[in-house]
Amino acid sequence: MGQQIVKVKNKKGIRVIPGFGLSMGVTLSMLSILVLIPLVSIFISAGKLDFQEFAEAVTSKQVVSGYIVSISCAFFAAFVNAVFGVILAWVLVRYDFPGRRLMDGLIELPFALPTAVAGISLTYLYSDEGWIGALFAKAGIKIAYTRTGITIAMIFVGIPFVVRAVQPVLKRLDRQYEEAAQMLGAGRIYTFFRVTLPELFPALFGGFGLAFARGIGEYGSVVFIAGNIPNETQIAPLLIMTKLEQYKYSDATAIALVLLLLSFLLMLVINSVQIYMQRFSKE
Amino acid sequence: MSEKKKKSFEQDITGDGINSIKKVVETHNAASDGAIKYVLIGVCVVFLFVMLVLPLAVVAVNALKEGWAAYREAVSDEYTIKAFKLTLIAMVTATVVNTIFGIFASYLLSKFYFRGRELLASLIDIPLSISPVIAGLVFILTFGNIGWMGDFLKSHDIKIVFAVPGVILATIFVTFPFVFREIFPVMNAQGKEEEEAASLMGAGGFTIFLRITFPHMKWALLYGVILCAARAMGEFGAVSVISGHLRGKTNTLPLHVEILYNEFNTTAAFAVSSILVLLALLILAARNIVEWKAETKQKQT
Repeated sequence: MGQQIVKVKNKKGIRVIPGFGLSMGVTLSMLSILVLIPLVSIFISAGKLDFQEFAEAVTSKQVVSGYIVSISCAFFAAFVNAVFGVILAWVLVRYDFPGRRLMDGLIELPFALPTAVAGISLTYLYSDEGWIGALFAKAGIKIAYTRTGITIAMIFVGIPFVVRAVQPVLKRLDRQYEEAAQMLGAGRIYTFFRVTLPELFPALFGGFGLAFARGIGEYGSVVFIAGNIPNETQIAPLLIMTKLEQYKYSDATAIALVLLLLSFLLMLVINSVQIYMQRFSKE
Repeated sequence: MSEKKKKSFEQDITGDGINSIKKVVETHNAASDGAIKYVLIGVCVVFLFVMLVLPLAVVAVNALKEGWAAYREAVSDEYTIKAFKLTLIAMVTATVVNTIFGIFASYLLSKFYFRGRELLASLIDIPLSISPVIAGLVFILTFGNIGWMGDFLKSHDIKIVFAVPGVILATIFVTFPFVFREIFPVMNAQGKEEEEAASLMGAGGFTIFLRITFPHMKWALLYGVILCAARAMGEFGAVSVISGHLRGKTNTLPLHVEILYNEFNTTAAFAVSSILVLLALLILAARNIVEWKAETKQKQT
C-alpha cells in the first residue's frame, strides 16, 4: 500500500520528505568530480588513438598473453573460492564450535590487509626457500613466479567475496525444506545438492563474479608473486603499469580500455544472470 | 495398507505425529552428522590456516629475523615515518569524503523515487569493478601532462599527478562506494514511512535525519567507515601509478614496502609490513566489536 501512495504523489510531483535537492546535488557533484569525469578521460584519450594504433597495441603477443593469464588465473581462483566459500559459509552458519567467531572475523582479513603486504608475504611463503614452497620444491614443483602462484594470490584476495555473499542467504534459508527432503528419504548429500544449493545459487554466482572481477583487476598482491616473465606470468594490470613507466601512454590507455570494457561486460552478465535467476525462482 | 503402517499413520494424524517426525529427523541427523561436521570444520581450518594465518606469520617472523634493534631501526626510519603520515592523511581524507558521499547518496536513493535511480546506483559501484591500476591511470589521463586538464594545471602551477593530491584522489576513487554500500541496504530496508510522518508533523530536514534516519543506520555507518578506512590504508595499485614513487614525498606505507622489497631489504620490508598488519588486525577487531554490539542491540529491542 505504501508504495502505491508514493507513486500517486510522485505523479503530482510532491515529495513529502525534505532534502531531495540537497542530497541530489551533493551526490551528483561528488560522483561526477571524483569518479565520472576522471573516468571519461580514458575514453577521451582512447578516442585520440587511430584504430590501427589501438589494434596493434591490444593484439601484440605480450598483451594478449597478459589478458589470457589474468582471465584464466582469475577464473580458476574464483572457482576455488566458490567451492571453499560455500563450505566456509556452511560451517559458519550451521555449526557451533569453539573459535567460530574468530574464524568468522578472519574471513575479512584479505580485505583489511594491504595488498602489497599480502603480496610479499605470499611470495616469501611460496618461494623455493619459503615454508610451503620448500615442500613443493623438493617434489620439483615451483609455485612462486608461475601461474600457480598468481592463482594462489588471487584466491587470497577473493576469499571474502563468496563467503560474504552466501552466508546471509544461508542464514535466512528456511530449514523446513531440507527437513522435508530428508524425511522423504533423500540422503544428506542429495539434499544439499538438490535442495540447499539451488537456493544459494544466485548469491553464489554473484560472489563468484565479484571474486572473478577482482582477480582480473588485482595488482598489489599478484605482482610480487607473478615474477613478470614476459608472455608467461605477466598479468594485464602489470602491462599497463610497464607501459606507463615507459611513457607509452597510448598503449597503456588501449590496454586499460579493453580491460575496462571487459569488467563492465562481466558485471553486466552477472547482474542479468542474477536478475534472471531471481525471477525464475519466484515463479 | 498393512496393520503396522496403518497404526503409524493413525499416530501421525492423532497427535503423536510431531514426535515421530522428530524421531525420523533426529536419527537421520545423528548418524552421519558428527563425522561430516568435523571433516568440514577441519577443511575450513586448514584452508584458512594456509591461506590467511601463514602469510601473517611470515610477516611477523621475517620482521623480527634480525632482532629487535633492526626492527626498531626499520620502523623508526625517517622515510617510514613520512610514509606513515601520508598514509594517515590519505586514509582520513578518503574516509571523510566517502562517508559524506555515502550518507547523502543513500539518503537520496532510499528516501526518494526518481527516474534513473538504478542507473545512479550502478554508477556509484563502478570503482569496485575497476582494476586499481586503471583507477590510477584515469587520473594521469585527466591531470597529468598529457591530460586534458594538464595545461590548465600547469599554467596555475598546481601539481596533482606525482604529488600528494593525486595520492589522495586515487585513494578516494578506489574506496568511493564502500560507505554507501554498507548503509544503503539498511536505509532502504527501513523504508520511508517514519520520515514522511515526521515531515508531515513539521520536522525539518536536519531533525528528521538526526532523529530518525541516523539512529537506524548508525551501526552500518560505523561498519562502512571502518571498511573504508581499511581499504584506504592499504591501497597500492592506484596510488602506485599516480605517486611517482618519490621517497619521503608521495610514498605511502604500502609503496614504501614495495621499494624496500625491491631493494632486497627484506627485513625492513617485513618490518614496515608488520605496522600495516597490526593496523589491519586492529581494524578487523573493531569491525567485529561493532558487529557484535549491533547484534546485541538488535536483540534488546
